[in-house]
Amino acid sequence: MPDQVAVEGRYGAEAPARDVVIRVRGLVTRFGRQVIHEGLDLDVRKGEVLGVVGGSGTGKSVLLKEILGLIRPAAGRIELLGRDTDRLSVAQRVAVQARTGVLFQDGALFSSMTVAENVMVPLKEHTNLPDALIREVARVKIAMTGLPPNAGPKYPSELSGGMRKRAGLARALALDPDILFLDEPTAGLDPIGAAAFDQLIRNLQRSLGLTVCMVTHDLDSLTSICDRIAVLVDKKIRVGTLDELLRDDHPWIHDYFHGPRGRAARHAEA
Amino acid sequence: MAPQRAWMQASRDGDGAWLVTAGGRWDLEGAGGLSGDVDRVRPDARGAAVRIDLGCLDTLDTVGALLLARLAERLKGEGHTVEVAPIRPEHAPLFEAVRAAAITPPVHHDRPHPILDMLERAGRTTVEALREGVDLLSFLGLMTITFGRILARPSRLRLTSVLFHIEQTGLNALPILGLLSFLIGVVMAFQGADQLRRFGADIYVVNLLGISILRELGILMTAIIVAGRSGSAFTAQIGTMKVNQEVDAISTLGLDPVELLVVPRALALIISLPLLAFYADLMGLFGGAVMSYFVLDISFGQFLRQLQFAVGPGALVVGLVKAPVFALVIAMVGCYEGLKVSGSAESVGRLTTKSVVESIFLVMVLDAVFSVLFSFLGV
Repeated sequence: MPDQVAVEGRYGAEAPARDVVIRVRGLVTRFGRQVIHEGLDLDVRKGEVLGVVGGSGTGKSVLLKEILGLIRPAAGRIELLGRDTDRLSVAQRVAVQARTGVLFQDGALFSSMTVAENVMVPLKEHTNLPDALIREVARVKIAMTGLPPNAGPKYPSELSGGMRKRAGLARALALDPDILFLDEPTAGLDPIGAAAFDQLIRNLQRSLGLTVCMVTHDLDSLTSICDRIAVLVDKKIRVGTLDELLRDDHPWIHDYFHGPRGRAARHAEA
Repeated sequence: MAPQRAWMQASRDGDGAWLVTAGGRWDLEGAGGLSGDVDRVRPDARGAAVRIDLGCLDTLDTVGALLLARLAERLKGEGHTVEVAPIRPEHAPLFEAVRAAAITPPVHHDRPHPILDMLERAGRTTVEALREGVDLLSFLGLMTITFGRILARPSRLRLTSVLFHIEQTGLNALPILGLLSFLIGVVMAFQGADQLRRFGADIYVVNLLGISILRELGILMTAIIVAGRSGSAFTAQIGTMKVNQEVDAISTLGLDPVELLVVPRALALIISLPLLAFYADLMGLFGGAVMSYFVLDISFGQFLRQLQFAVGPGALVVGLVKAPVFALVIAMVGCYEGLKVSGSAESVGRLTTKSVVESIFLVMVLDAVFSVLFSFLGV
């Protein structure tokens, strides 16, 4: 693959290319005259849980959508699993998409299908497994996300918000993706449900060997399950572990982690 | 090095136990075809000890783990002692997680007998239709009470809202309604002329047009178009507000949703529908007159004279008297279905469709009732 060699030659000094599953370089996003990201760089390493935080309107969700290929950035390059997303053929794009799973904010389940059917959609589209096995796999995924067995034949409108998220997670994990994207996974859950969901993500990440990239506002999630944290400030990203960011003297980062809520979350963790 | 496809072999190991060795790529691509092979593995001796060796696996994902976990559980169920070893440390957590998830029993939901199922659905639909009728009647009562309250204190009427909805449902409907009524007149005149010319009764086309448009077609066209245009809009508007919890907000602010949302819409439609119907009558007759002029050489003067002779003001009144009733029905169904929206955006779409179908249905039924009534009264 000549493409990959060129990449390693160019950025080889920073991190071995095979350990980086998402690489964003010089990303620029503009809406009209408003600049959201300007020369943003980000590396997501294999097997880590990365939390993306930032104030409202700093473009967290936009960044997620750009990595997923739902929005085209104005400039810059995005590599997913070692491939430049801009230069993929249709077949390659589908192949990359099959290796990424996304949990949208409220699950984004197809409302005309039952939970089990929702989980079966990617399996039916991307594999030629026998039907009985697909049903079985869907059942296992639903059980692995902590839903009761009778949730399978239910429709999304019959589930609570937390259960919808679990069902969305089951669908995102249907194809055993390498990378899992989560958009505010704990928003709208009660603290106990949110903690359980955090733990679920951590467990699944360990057992399935996932790389997780999550946009979140939840300080508890950040302190309890994230290996590294990416902070969107000044149209760029600063990445570090919690300890590194605690020492950062950027005013927004300082306020974020040293504010009353940040302190409480860290206290609870310690 | 490209990973191998999945493979599996069964043999006896040194201690006399059964040994099942799996290796290669046990994932979506590699193991999908193996599900039959896995189900065929069967030790020859009953109750023999079985060891499943997963040490040679290159990759393992949920599908592969599920197949292997299913094998382990099945052999255990058949009375063998099963041991899974060795397994690579990176595969162990996944295997355990899938094994734990796989042993939850599947939920069986029994399929009912097809004929019984059909009967049940028919019954359910009938009961639902009846209940819907009762609910609609209660809603009419609620609207009447609210109307009465507003009559007692006219200052509570939202005049701006009424005027806004008159514009939306009346003024903005003029172009499409005018065009369609004109075309109906044209078609009626053309078809009528074709038949009547055979008897040399060309001029009676005017009678045909006058009676059919003024008594029935003008008002029916208007009601159907308004039901499609405005009834659906009422449902969609109120339904969206319901989804956004705006209707709940209205209630918690001490306001009455019926007074605020339903009454202005109903009142606006009751005012605008008769006007629209009159306009549709005019356009329909105009279309007929144009066609008569070109096909039958009946001049506009002749047309008007014959019209005066053929239909009295009674025909116009009979047509227009129905308009406020139809307006009330369309507004009532539109608002009622809108308020029935719950939860998802999907139900807005479903109920909007339902509202249009229901209001056109009711308009047709009421039109028939009016016909019977008028024939009794001899109008």
